[in-house]
Amino acid sequence: MSWTPDQPIVSIKDVHKSFGPVEVLRGISMDVMKGEVVCIIGPSGSGKSTLIRCINALNDIQSGSITVEGQEVHDPKLDKLALRKKVGMVFQQYNLFPHKTALQNVMMAPIKVLKQNRADVEVRARALLKKVRLEGKEDSYPGELSGGQQQRVAIARSLAMNPDVMLFDEVTAALDPETVKEVLVTIKDLAADGMTCILVTHEMGFAREIADRVYFTDKGVIVEYGPPATFFEQAKDPRTRQFLSQIL
Amino acid sequence: MKTLSNHAPVKGHLPVLLPVRRVLLSDIPLQDRLFNVWTAAALLLAFVAAAVGPSFAQAEAAPARSIAAILLEWTPSLALAFGFNVLISIFAMAIGTVMGVGLGILQVSPTAAVRKTAWVVTQFFRNSPWLVLLFYCILLIPFKVSLFGVSVPFPGWIKAVIGLSLPVMAYMSEFMRGAILSIPTGQWESASSLGFSRGQTMREIILPQTVKRVLPPWMNLYAVLTMATPLVSIVGVNEVMSVTRAALSAEGRVDLLIPMYLYILCWFFIYCYPISALTSRLERRFAVKL
Repeated sequence: MSWTPDQPIVSIKDVHKSFGPVEVLRGISMDVMKGEVVCIIGPSGSGKSTLIRCINALNDIQSGSITVEGQEVHDPKLDKLALRKKVGMVFQQYNLFPHKTALQNVMMAPIKVLKQNRADVEVRARALLKKVRLEGKEDSYPGELSGGQQQRVAIARSLAMNPDVMLFDEVTAALDPETVKEVLVTIKDLAADGMTCILVTHEMGFAREIADRVYFTDKGVIVEYGPPATFFEQAKDPRTRQFLSQIL
Repeated sequence: MKTLSNHAPVKGHLPVLLPVRRVLLSDIPLQDRLFNVWTAAALLLAFVAAAVGPSFAQAEAAPARSIAAILLEWTPSLALAFGFNVLISIFAMAIGTVMGVGLGILQVSPTAAVRKTAWVVTQFFRNSPWLVLLFYCILLIPFKVSLFGVSVPFPGWIKAVIGLSLPVMAYMSEFMRGAILSIPTGQWESASSLGFSRGQTMREIILPQTVKRVLPPWMNLYAVLTMATPLVSIVGVNEVMSVTRAALSAEGRVDLLIPMYLYILCWFFIYCYPISALTSRLERRFAVKL
């Protein structure tokens, strides 16, 4: 099955996922086109993070299907490496490798996993760190960087694999309010460059600004979704309205 | 608080996550430089002198040589024998460490059969008396092995090295298991999302981070191992205790017994104390403050 750019780059169909007796995802469906920016919001425990971890096969699913560029993610025969080349992921806790410098963090995967030439990778890695506004921090260790700086290294590290889709799992949730902005600006730059982004976020203002579509999840289902203007102004479902009234 | 790290203190900064850095003498606070290995060793020597001292009075009365002179006379042979203890400890540590790291990695294998087997092996050797393991190795390993026409001799001291490396392996295996499991799962997840295989993640990301966590207990284990090397005298290896006994019977003087053993005790103390002091320093430095 071949994928063409006019088809959804990420297609989620009726996904169910349980952790033991707890059903976390209860039939989620969503299509994301190439270049779109999609934000997923919702109360904690509604399954947002689990959903995007499933897209990257970090969690498995019980039923349904998730395809990335036409490739079934939860096919047992799936070549995980092929998937990971297409999908980059940034985590809430940065998860940088603490024994490597910022530059080495960015260079590691292309050299070890993609077996690319070290000199080429270094040029690209330096450019990526510059792009996330971390020029001069190449030789700093993660322990010497602030949360916001670490998170931007993590973004550069994912981008070094040249992914087609970027997943952001509450990437600003662990940051100080003043450093949140620098990370959001980085993501905005990415989105402006045409990167397909799926974000789980609590930054409503940001979602409103950059999202093409906002999804509201609650108790493992998508309650409502739409373009940010209509979503934030004219939410139809009472649960959405209640959630928005609590946090806006 | 004065910190040994030259990194800026960052909120939530855990020393164990920082890169390994050499500790320079100038970084060590003055009081630590004064009250340290050497002052402790000097104290112990003073203790020896106090024990040996009264015998000088006797020595003057009797025509026999003084105890201090006898100790000095035997020092080259004892030093040579002590060097053999150190050699045995280094070999046993090297072999035990390599095997222990391997066994520790197997203890976190995703395959249940491998994981459980490694666990059983670890527990078996960790809970066996060292002396019994030594006897087993001495008795079970042949004195030479012929492989493809080449015969490799196994003298007693090599068997002793193997015997001592078994408990080292078991302890090391437990240190490794603990250290690997203490690395946050986020490290595995981010490595996995970057396309690293399990083996690559282990080699490139997890194991390098375990070094600092394992280093203090590893050094401690080495000090314990060195202090256990006199055990091999029981199985007929000519290390420092055997030589001491030989020296004592050659001199045939009862008043030599206590000073001589105390003298050997000092040798071990001077060798092992700096290791344990450095260990506690590293432990403090890498301590995770919550």
